[in-house]
Amino acid sequence: MSFFKQLKEGVLTNNPIFVQLIGMCPTLATSTSLKNGIGMGLAVTFVLMCSNFVISLLRKFIPSKVRIAAYIVIIAGFVTIVDLTMQAYMQELSASLGMFIPLIVVNCIILARAESFASKNKPLPSLIDGLTMGLGFMLAISILSSVRELLGSGTIYGVEVFGSGYTPIIMMILPAGGFLTLGMLIALFQYFMGKFQKKEDA
Amino acid sequence: MSLSYYFSIALSAILIENFIFVKFLGCCPFLGVSKKTDTALGMGVAVIFVMTVASAVTNLINTFILGTTYAYMRTVAFILVIAALVQFIEMFLMKSMPALYESLGIYLPLITTNCAVLGVANLNVSNGFDFISSVINGFSAGVGFTLAIVLFASVRERLEYAEYPKCFKGFPIALVAASLLSIAFMGFQGLSIF
Repeated sequence: MSFFKQLKEGVLTNNPIFVQLIGMCPTLATSTSLKNGIGMGLAVTFVLMCSNFVISLLRKFIPSKVRIAAYIVIIAGFVTIVDLTMQAYMQELSASLGMFIPLIVVNCIILARAESFASKNKPLPSLIDGLTMGLGFMLAISILSSVRELLGSGTIYGVEVFGSGYTPIIMMILPAGGFLTLGMLIALFQYFMGKFQKKEDA
Repeated sequence: MSLSYYFSIALSAILIENFIFVKFLGCCPFLGVSKKTDTALGMGVAVIFVMTVASAVTNLINTFILGTTYAYMRTVAFILVIAALVQFIEMFLMKSMPALYESLGIYLPLITTNCAVLGVANLNVSNGFDFISSVINGFSAGVGFTLAIVLFASVRERLEYAEYPKCFKGFPIALVAASLLSIAFMGFQGLSIF
């Protein structure tokens, strides 16, 4: 499988958020600002790449009966690394992402990729799969958080866009806005993918 | 600790700080198993059960084994305990309560990766809850989850008959419905008792 094919799969046709709808909790909870979104995206990408690589290396040694438990321990190890590193060097980000960093352990994206890809493929493609899926996740969460930050506080990445006269729509950074924005974005995604596929069929 | 203190923990976990609509914990099963009301109820009951037991066990582990010395092992220890616990509960129910096991059946293994369970264990620690408060918090968070998922499932059943643009088919329209429900739950924010 070539790199670009995997990239297309991770970012577009099999995007973890827009198509597979997995890993919803951190997506919705941490997308209140672009800074948080990118931070979360990077953390998930790192864990995904490392866990995919290690699980793929060990795929012949892990007995299939206890594989889920084994995967979770591997993933939890990498998540602890990320958690402690963030607490040490990026205190501000760590404080705003809060409890959602340890919760990457139970993020379905990581377990799903371990089960459906890394356990069946060689280490290098698995590493690339982790990277492309992570990029797809990061792209989706960045779009989602930009929209929410722009409407909810009138800024993007902390930079004011609309000027001081703008009254922020507080609802957008509250949970209700998260559900609404994600719903709208997926609808938009399905609309364009539908058009695109029709063109390909014709 | 007085009774009113426990009551405030319970009310806050069920309504004010609802796990799904306010805290965004457990969204995967919330969106995944909410197509029918009775399956949603089954999932909810299983979650209440696991969350209550998990809160109790993780509290004991944190107090007596991890302490502050091994705090960095918390994530690894908790998720292992939860995974083992779910497996254990499954075997126990299969032997002693086959009827309950039949009805919960397929939902139990899914709960391991429900972030609400690990979330409630972590929250108990960060809030500094003692044993009884942890159990109450776990149980009521599970009740809040059940309330949310059952409400949402009944909305989704109605959505089957609704007409909406084609590109909204499937999850988008469900997410919009979830957003409206979440607005309703925002009303509980003003409910501060103490």
